[in-house]
Amino acid sequence: MINPTIMRNALLLLLLISLINVNSLFAVAGGSEEGGQIDTKEEINEYIQHHLQDSHDFTFWTNGKTGTHIGFPLPVILWSDGLHVFSSSEFDHGHEVAESKDKYFALYHSKVYETNAEGEIKLDDEGHTVNAKPLDFSITKNVVGMLLTSLLMFIGFRSLAKGYGKTAIPKGVGRILEPLVVYVRDEIARPNIGPKYEKFIPYLLTVFFYIWILNLLGLTPLGFNVTGNIAVTVGLALITFFLTQFSGNKEYWKHIFWMPGVPIPMKIILMPIEVLGMFTKPFALLIRLFANITAGHVVVMSLIALIITMRSQFGIVASSSISFGLAFFITLIELLVAFLQAYIFTMLSALFIGMAVEEHH
Amino acid sequence: MEQLINDFSPGLFFMQLLIFLVLLGLLSKFAWKPILNSLKAREGSIADALQSAENAKEEMAKLQADNQKLLQEARLERDKLLKEATDIANKIKEEAKSDAAKQADRMISDAKNAIEVEKKAALKEVTTKVAELSLEIAEKLIRKNLSDDKAQKALAEDFMKDLKLN
Repeated sequence: MINPTIMRNALLLLLLISLINVNSLFAVAGGSEEGGQIDTKEEINEYIQHHLQDSHDFTFWTNGKTGTHIGFPLPVILWSDGLHVFSSSEFDHGHEVAESKDKYFALYHSKVYETNAEGEIKLDDEGHTVNAKPLDFSITKNVVGMLLTSLLMFIGFRSLAKGYGKTAIPKGVGRILEPLVVYVRDEIARPNIGPKYEKFIPYLLTVFFYIWILNLLGLTPLGFNVTGNIAVTVGLALITFFLTQFSGNKEYWKHIFWMPGVPIPMKIILMPIEVLGMFTKPFALLIRLFANITAGHVVVMSLIALIITMRSQFGIVASSSISFGLAFFITLIELLVAFLQAYIFTMLSALFIGMAVEEHH
Repeated sequence: MEQLINDFSPGLFFMQLLIFLVLLGLLSKFAWKPILNSLKAREGSIADALQSAENAKEEMAKLQADNQKLLQEARLERDKLLKEATDIANKIKEEAKSDAAKQADRMISDAKNAIEVEKKAALKEVTTKVAELSLEIAEKLIRKNLSDDKAQKALAEDFMKDLKLN
């Protein structure tokens, strides 16, 4: 149990670092070469950063000593003057340069760059890469997560829908799903949107369960971080944005560009503020979801990393116990946050749509 | 912020939109629509059932009130009938009584009359008998005493006078 190798392997699966509050703690020095064991604060930090990002292969865990990864590769689909499709095993977890149709690609910080045959990554003075980025439509780990979620949702709700054909009362998984559907309809859509809510229910239901299930998947040891990815939340918020603007009625636009009931100078002042408000609302949506989920992942991983960072002070048993207790507690909170963020996203979407379709008298 | 923009992957953004919109379309058609329709139908039927239960309850209460009223009316009717019957019975009894009394009176008076007639008839018979007897007596007397007509005649007259007086 105190075998450090096993502990380190477990670590790689679970993850690490408390950010500021462990400054005073010494990390035990260890191998810091590429693919080695993770011991220092910097390595832990890097590991967390790595986890937060999308990945081109699906790794369950890594043996730090031998550098072997247990998992499976995923397809890489790139667009760079033509379509390039190959398996991510060609990157060998960032160690190799992949060649496709006379072009060379390499991974750098989990992102694909075009390189020369040697896989050289050029950095400018500020440390930014100058290599060209191909358009990356790969089936990454996040895409796998989204596909899995979609599949789960489709199977679950299809069975609920089919169940109604036989009896009026759902059976099995439908017993859990039906109250949730009713909840979204009666507690989120109807009160916020008003009488025209029916048109928007499919979107609200889909986005609610999509975010919630992705959040929950992120809490499993599979290590998805889909809703903590800015590209995903931007996508969701954009849909809400366009849905709001396209369903906006005359009064909605009038309130933005020519606010009724105020003097003309005020109308002119309010116009840019209201226009800005159109964009800040969905922006707040996307940042809120992204930041909450990312923060949750960082906190949980940091608490787990206490096993390493506090090992020299308290010994492996005590640090593991503290780490487990705290991480367990935070994970319970994260379960709540997973629901809460899905609820808030859906609720605010409904609220914005409701503002756009509201009838003024 | 710069980190965020750097982390933003256009490819993932595209894949996410694609997956989400396809999922939205599929679920809308194959799941949300039937689910929401079924829910609505079920809620409608529940509301209907509750309404009809309420109606039935009202109907029941009305029926009960009607029954009560009918019962009350029946009771009154019964009382009335009973009273009438009693009255009639009493009347019949009274009539029977008075009839009987009249009958008795008439019979008594009839009997009296009959007695009177009988008495008179009897008296007449007696008178006749007496007269016959007298005549017989007189005859016998006459047969014995034919000597004096005048005296005989006066004697007969005396007899007659006495008879009449009786």
